[in-house]
Amino acid sequence: MFATRPEARPASVEVFVEDRPVMVPEGASAAAAVLLAGIPAIRETPVSGAPRLPYCMMGVCFDCLAEIDGVANRQACMVMVTPGMRIAPQRGARQARPGLAGKGA
Amino acid sequence: MSRTQDAIVVGGGLVGTAIAYGLQKRGLSTVLLDEGDVAHRASRGNFGLVWVQTKGLGAPHYQRWTRGSAAAWPGLAEDLSARTGIGTGLHQPGGLHLCLSEDELERRAATMARMQREAGNFGFEYRMLTHSEVAERMPGIGRSVVGASWTPYDGHASPLHLLRALHTAFREAGGLYLPNAGVAEGTAAPHDFSVEAGGQRHHAPRIVLAAGLGNAALAPLFGLAAPVRPERGQILVTERTRPLLPMPTTTIRQTGEGSVMIGDSKEEAGFDTQTQTPEIMRAMARRAVLSFPWIAELNIVRAWSALRVMAPDGLPIYDQAERFPGAFTANCHSGVTLAGAHAEILAPMIVAGELPAEMAPFSARRFEHVRNAA
Repeated sequence: MFATRPEARPASVEVFVEDRPVMVPEGASAAAAVLLAGIPAIRETPVSGAPRLPYCMMGVCFDCLAEIDGVANRQACMVMVTPGMRIAPQRGARQARPGLAGKGA
Repeated sequence: MSRTQDAIVVGGGLVGTAIAYGLQKRGLSTVLLDEGDVAHRASRGNFGLVWVQTKGLGAPHYQRWTRGSAAAWPGLAEDLSARTGIGTGLHQPGGLHLCLSEDELERRAATMARMQREAGNFGFEYRMLTHSEVAERMPGIGRSVVGASWTPYDGHASPLHLLRALHTAFREAGGLYLPNAGVAEGTAAPHDFSVEAGGQRHHAPRIVLAAGLGNAALAPLFGLAAPVRPERGQILVTERTRPLLPMPTTTIRQTGEGSVMIGDSKEEAGFDTQTQTPEIMRAMARRAVLSFPWIAELNIVRAWSALRVMAPDGLPIYDQAERFPGAFTANCHSGVTLAGAHAEILAPMIVAGELPAEMAPFSARRFEHVRNAA
């Protein structure tokens, strides 16, 4: 279903998709790393829980939502990989953190 | 081509559709004329509160009308759900008006006390809450929240599901909905009205003008006045988060799907809905984050503005033409809150053919002395 281009650049950046190391080319998106990792889904929809993988790769469909370096609901196709990046599945809606109240305002 | 019905309703937004549905289900064959997507479409831009506590200071009839609507809402929601299978997401757990300074809290307490005095025997249940009492009810409030007013009457619903449910119920009850049918001209005689819309002529002994800002130009054709102007409101919407807010506040609510909506602005901007004003968006976001600091972590995914339909004194206008019995007008900026009243209280009055005396304070005649003085 998914293959890299024949003239693929060397995979030189290590990131972690669901804690597993994946090597991807410099300048690739986090969504590309998800596809290279070969996992069955990167998010579950908030309403029905349906499993999804990156689809449009251009910032439109939101099917690549992931938790990237601890930040929920990021569009993985819009985020460039950095060494050591951690990409985790977005399971359902984000959980807000009301515990922050103590720090702010 | 020419059609004759029992009633013509002009305006396919929340106000017009709620009235049209109320007429149709009570046996009046009704045609609902909707202008089309060139219209300002306030009903596509609502915040979604079913809100009582800030309505009707100095105007107890408006407070009673709003309370009546909030009370009629559960029946309407059940009726719509049974007929159409569409849920309106109604939730009426009470609501809070958060105050972010001692000064705001003091003014709020004075307002609520005055509302209760003005309500007289009708009653007005409320409590002023301290910071810690608010904290017991709402998660993660900011230190800036000095206190809040609470009433048990408030709630919220999904404006878009409501609009769709009303349209579906109207058509399933046998009503005739015509889109792209803006009304350009009409004729009026007692119990005998006609309008040209969408290439057809429509006749009926009753006509109800519910065309939002369009009423200003339409009303004089039928012996009525509707001096309404646009007041712009902006809304910010966050990504969906798991349910966290157990009840709505005046400016922040969490939808059934999980989005947090922030709506906290009033501007005079003419008919412009294209522009978003960064300073206003910033001020709205800032107040939201002072109220609930955890909102700062959420992404804003959408923002829009829409035009409220405002009378000079901010209250609704319900009226009937003296010269042309059978002609009515309905104007308000609370199409969601007042949907219950429009479908279940106002529509039966129109079926009966006359607005009763208790509706007199809502007449546009209240502005005549202003015009005469000017």
